[in-house]
Amino acid sequence: MISTEPNLVLVGVNHKATPVEIREKLAFNQVKLEASLEQLVSCPEIAENIILSTCNRVEIYARVDDTDQGIKLLKDFICDYHGISRGSLDQYFYSYTDNQAVEHLFRVSASLDSMILGEAQILGQVKDAYSTARALSSTGLVLNQLFEKAFNVAKKVREETGISERGVSISSAAVELAKKIFEDLENHSVMLVGTGEMAELAAKHLISYGVKTVYVASRTYERAVSLAQTLNGCALGFDAFKEELYRADIVITSTAAPNFIISKEMIEQAIHKRKNKPIFLIDIAVPRDIAPEVNDLENVYLYDIDDLQNVVNANMEERQKEAESAMEIIQQEVTKFNNWFSTLDAVPTIVEMRNRAEVMRINEVDKTLKTLTHLSDIDQKAIHQLTQSLVNKILHKPTINLKKKTQSMDGHVYLKAIRHLFHLDD
Amino acid sequence: MDKISFNLSLFSYLMASLAYFVYLAYRRPLVSTIAGWTVAFGLLCQTVTIGVRSSQTGHGPYTTSFEVALFLAWLMVVVYFLTEWKYKIKDLGAFVIPLVFIVLLFSAFLSKDAALVPESDEVRFWLTMHRTLSIMGYAAFSIAFAAGIMYLIQEHQVKTKKLGIMYFRMPSLEVLDDLNFKVIMIGFPLFTLGFMTGSISNTQMDLPFFSWDLTRTLPLVLAWLIYSLVFFGRMMVGLRGKKAAQGAIFGFVTVIGTYFLHIL
Repeated sequence: MISTEPNLVLVGVNHKATPVEIREKLAFNQVKLEASLEQLVSCPEIAENIILSTCNRVEIYARVDDTDQGIKLLKDFICDYHGISRGSLDQYFYSYTDNQAVEHLFRVSASLDSMILGEAQILGQVKDAYSTARALSSTGLVLNQLFEKAFNVAKKVREETGISERGVSISSAAVELAKKIFEDLENHSVMLVGTGEMAELAAKHLISYGVKTVYVASRTYERAVSLAQTLNGCALGFDAFKEELYRADIVITSTAAPNFIISKEMIEQAIHKRKNKPIFLIDIAVPRDIAPEVNDLENVYLYDIDDLQNVVNANMEERQKEAESAMEIIQQEVTKFNNWFSTLDAVPTIVEMRNRAEVMRINEVDKTLKTLTHLSDIDQKAIHQLTQSLVNKILHKPTINLKKKTQSMDGHVYLKAIRHLFHLDD
Repeated sequence: MDKISFNLSLFSYLMASLAYFVYLAYRRPLVSTIAGWTVAFGLLCQTVTIGVRSSQTGHGPYTTSFEVALFLAWLMVVVYFLTEWKYKIKDLGAFVIPLVFIVLLFSAFLSKDAALVPESDEVRFWLTMHRTLSIMGYAAFSIAFAAGIMYLIQEHQVKTKKLGIMYFRMPSLEVLDDLNFKVIMIGFPLFTLGFMTGSISNTQMDLPFFSWDLTRTLPLVLAWLIYSLVFFGRMMVGLRGKKAAQGAIFGFVTVIGTYFLHIL
């Protein structure tokens, strides 16, 4: 039987308190996931459930009849399913109910609970978990509404705060800078001087943002050729790159040279040849490849590895600050969701409605019986019974229908109507 | 009627300026939408002001200093909307609309009396051409001025590697530089034509082709030189970026200075 009291529970472990050795044992892969969802939904105590399993967290969201029993059941399920004793895991589990569970899901989806604050991957993972569960019909009204809402909240957080806009890796910070200098990277070119791993990574990142022309120069020409092949670019001899420097909008250097290989004069010439079109120089070599005075030239922007690291650190701090305004958004949305959620509970309204009718019935019967003093006790009892069953009969259908309707999306409308028609809020 | 609509437009631009500042700092999409509609409302009110005044004086809004300021502010908003529509730089509002507000506020202190209109049709024609073209040029320059300031802020951040809130909020250097150039490309020919028609109207009024009134003409020539440097410099030697932005700022400051000298 589906309960009319929607109790939301969440049981899980995450990267904050649980070491990876434990998390990996508790993970549900896709195959296990489907079987587990089906197994859980067949439990009479569980009305709806969704399993979210990523490398940083394993969480089960469920709607249950009884909160405490539900939490225990879910914990047992996770342990039994993976064949691990409950005692050794108890310290790692966290569990939340109702608003706390809602808030937790909103925080997870908006990437406030992630290892790297604001990373985009988690939202996709939550969406996958939801669609898998939905496909197996292990979700219902409450979880559907909750997860759809969580996706909206995540979108809102992303749009209204800067939580995801600041790159927190060296290569993403470099791409961001390139986009602040050049806007659209599609018509721009990149030159790699040296074939370091970091340089390759940054170049791949730039290519994924649309950079089409790639030049690769290396002291070992073969390495330049092979990297140029992987990046779909063109290889240059180490001496040739100095002549070709003016062609590149973005230059990434990563050679093992002990001294500067790019001087201020070289860039001055290149910028002249480019008619002052800007150049973005990224020096990720240690010791550095590009003379720092180059940054004094107009329309030239030079960032070395420390500069980029500073940008990344500052971005991390900014994300932390943005997380605070994200939390404000989440609090508001939790309140909104709870308003909807609380209307789902039809029982208090039904009880109040019946009490109201019962009080009226007693008042009216007492009034009548006072005038009918000739009636025996048995007759009086019969009148009580008659009126009671009358009230029950009248309220029976509305009660049943109200219970049914509150399971649907417009349930709150019916509840509101009942409360209004019976003057329950006066 | 025109007084009410004038005050309403002044108030709208003030409110919109504040809203754009809030948007710059907190980025709430709703705030920028509200700011946009507030500016649109201000523009509507200002159009009413101009319409009513023109029907009273019997000519367009370009004869007195008050009318020039009124018309300039109006055109600045129109050009702002066109730019915003083309470039989608919402933060531009925080730089342009306060400027519009200042121009309009300033105009409130000027005499509202109508000016004498020259009797000769020919003189009237050249004067009208001169004023309309010049004001259109100035309106374009005001956008170049705002883009120039934004460019300098953004450039400073990227250059010094101190990437503050504005770094993320404001568009890329390339976009700002491009916008700066495009509006000067439109504004400069208008300004030049305005300059020439002004000289023609001088001769019509039996004044020398260049009336070498030092305080009035020299700054204008200076402004023209600055803009021509930016304009031809870009096309011939690739003058761009910081220098172009600085040129747009100096040019506009000179233009505004010239206007003040005209009033004094």
